[in-house]
Amino acid sequence: MATTALSPRVGAYPRSRVYEWLTTTDHKKIGIMYITSAYLFFLVGGLMALAIRTELAAPGTQFLNPDIYNQAFTMHGTTMIFFFVMPMLAGFANYIVPLQIGAADMAFPRINALSFWIIPFSGLLLFSSFALGGAAAGGWTSYTPLSEAKYAGTGQDLWLAGLLLNGVSSILGAINLLATIFKLRAPGMTMLRLPIFVWTVLVTSVLLIFAVPVLASGLVMLFIDRNYGGAFFDPAAGGDTVLWQHVFWFFGHPEVYILILPAFGIISEVLPVFSRKPLFGYKAFVLATVSIGVLGFGVWAHHMFTTGAVFLPFFSITTFLISVPTGVKMFNWIATMWRGKLRFTTAMLFAVGFLASFLIGGLDGAFSASTPIDFALQDTYWIVSHLHYVLFGGSAFAIMAATYYWFPKMTGRFLDERLGKVHFAIMFVGTHLTFFPMHLLGISGMPRRIQDYAPNAGWQDLNVLATFGSYLIGFAILVLLWNIFATLRGPRTAGDDPWDANTLEWATTSPPPAYNFDRLPEIRSERPLFDLKHGGAGHAPALPSGEGSQP
Amino acid sequence: MTATTDVLTADHPAELAQGHGDRGINTALLGMLLFISSEIMFFAGLFAAYFSVRARYGSHWPALPEGVEFNINPLVIVATLILLSSSGVIQWGLGRIRKGDRRGLNRAFALTMLMGLAFLAFQATDYVLLANEGISLNGSIFGSLFFTMTGFHGAHVLGGVIGIGIILSRGMTGQFSARNHVAVEAVSAYWHFVDVVWIFLFLTLYVLR
Repeated sequence: MATTALSPRVGAYPRSRVYEWLTTTDHKKIGIMYITSAYLFFLVGGLMALAIRTELAAPGTQFLNPDIYNQAFTMHGTTMIFFFVMPMLAGFANYIVPLQIGAADMAFPRINALSFWIIPFSGLLLFSSFALGGAAAGGWTSYTPLSEAKYAGTGQDLWLAGLLLNGVSSILGAINLLATIFKLRAPGMTMLRLPIFVWTVLVTSVLLIFAVPVLASGLVMLFIDRNYGGAFFDPAAGGDTVLWQHVFWFFGHPEVYILILPAFGIISEVLPVFSRKPLFGYKAFVLATVSIGVLGFGVWAHHMFTTGAVFLPFFSITTFLISVPTGVKMFNWIATMWRGKLRFTTAMLFAVGFLASFLIGGLDGAFSASTPIDFALQDTYWIVSHLHYVLFGGSAFAIMAATYYWFPKMTGRFLDERLGKVHFAIMFVGTHLTFFPMHLLGISGMPRRIQDYAPNAGWQDLNVLATFGSYLIGFAILVLLWNIFATLRGPRTAGDDPWDANTLEWATTSPPPAYNFDRLPEIRSERPLFDLKHGGAGHAPALPSGEGSQP
Repeated sequence: MTATTDVLTADHPAELAQGHGDRGINTALLGMLLFISSEIMFFAGLFAAYFSVRARYGSHWPALPEGVEFNINPLVIVATLILLSSSGVIQWGLGRIRKGDRRGLNRAFALTMLMGLAFLAFQATDYVLLANEGISLNGSIFGSLFFTMTGFHGAHVLGGVIGIGIILSRGMTGQFSARNHVAVEAVSAYWHFVDVVWIFLFLTLYVLR
């Protein structure tokens, strides 16, 4: 702390903008770099998805041979989870959390820069496998023995190393966010006045700290198996193949909440603002978030029902249980919109689209919690449908909502609303066209992770539909990219508080100065800016001139 | 930490000052404790692997190839006592600097560092002994588990020794005082963590077997 006070003032000496971005420790710049890098990985992962869908549009081999196909779906899943959704949410958390709690920066700004810079380089490490004999091909879950040295080459080692580094980044980021939330809240910002987005980031960070190291231990064991003759997952040498599944899913299930909780937080910021109402049941929402975090560690073996090695009733019941707090949230959101003064901006449309899609994903997840149904649906396209409904219809829709909602804060410019609505309409239709048919394919028995299917299986029509839907999604993303590109060339017209919002990030300029705030409103509720505008609350005492520029 | 919050405390009602950054645990120490939590989960993953494999073998444990015996290195008792008491020594050093005694801090940390190095020396002899017995990372599930668990612990001891060395070199230039010694607190907490992990490793691998 003493050292930061001695550091030179912003603009003390001239630096090039590139140098400034490469060396920055400003949470806002780091957040934007996180988001940009995540969007780039999203494009790469998306192209792989389109390649997969193209191959599946017809029986036989047209576009990807089986080897490349296996690499494509493995890297698609890995990229989307570890290099798109996680860093994207970390990026929004980085940008928004210090602003929402009235802090000047993160608790450990240099560690923050480290956690960001690990991401693109671990991604490069992972993708270098394409040039070094082929990428990992055992699925994003890399089940043993498929991922053991006997069946998988260098690509698998690079996968392990890439994810290990990615995990280091996640853990450091989580520590940083927790320390920031616990220690840097502005006066008056008590825990029960934290914006919901901050609460969801808090619980997510706890999940990261407890779940990611367990994955790391599994990655290390697999690496030792593959490279130093270890026997962890090799039954022939006395090890246990199912052990990998336990270790992986002990991480993997909290991971799905890591991917969705901040998305819940985003939706809980957007819905109240565009409904002109406070979030319905703030405390219930916080409690539901915490219980999802706790229960999330007790459901991992529902991914392993068919191994016959887990206690089915326990994991079935806990899985049903965890849908309760999620249902609570659904009612919170609907009740927030109920009789609100709704404004259907693009961000709001994506939030409502999230509710619709996530509801379907949540419901078919609860179906799979029932063991007899799970035995029938395990490893079919039903599962692919379920996970995409919650991850794409859920997390990705929330990320789109966040992009439209916070873009004016980050750049001072509105994304074009007309293009935005076109983007939403195409993406919403595309999402359901792609993923809804997969339910039916799953029920009719189509397995996941196959490159070919029999022409007489009766699966082609639905596959064509899904492929057409995926092209629509691809086109919708092009609209978004054009929108961002065109907007960034336009004038800054957004102003400080363009949405008439509630939380502190809108109480400063757009984009905010390096030190975030000149003055803060008094914080007497979870909506300090609303209180300032409508509740008669005043500003907190202003800073003496010259202060406040030391992040 | 931040000029913004520092200035705002002035003439604010007490109720509004709640949650202010200068109260409670130091931010850097909190960061270290959170880091230690994640480290605990890393070792928990390894322990879970150990017990889930061991449960399948019942009394046929340690699972080793035909004719190979796991003989315990008697030095392990000495090494364990050294590591356990080093926690007391480092805590004593922390107590000294809290009272502003720089020399006491340096002495305690120098001693802790030596004890940590002694433990690492034991581990080297243990590995040589096991290698002579024919137990190694490859070839048996017991060997894989044993060397991975103790190996990662040893790496953490080495990390702790390096951290203690940094504190010692900073301490010898007089950088710490009764008010300003958060790095000392953080490294001590880390050293206690390394020590506690060893207690569990010792009980699991040498006592319980």
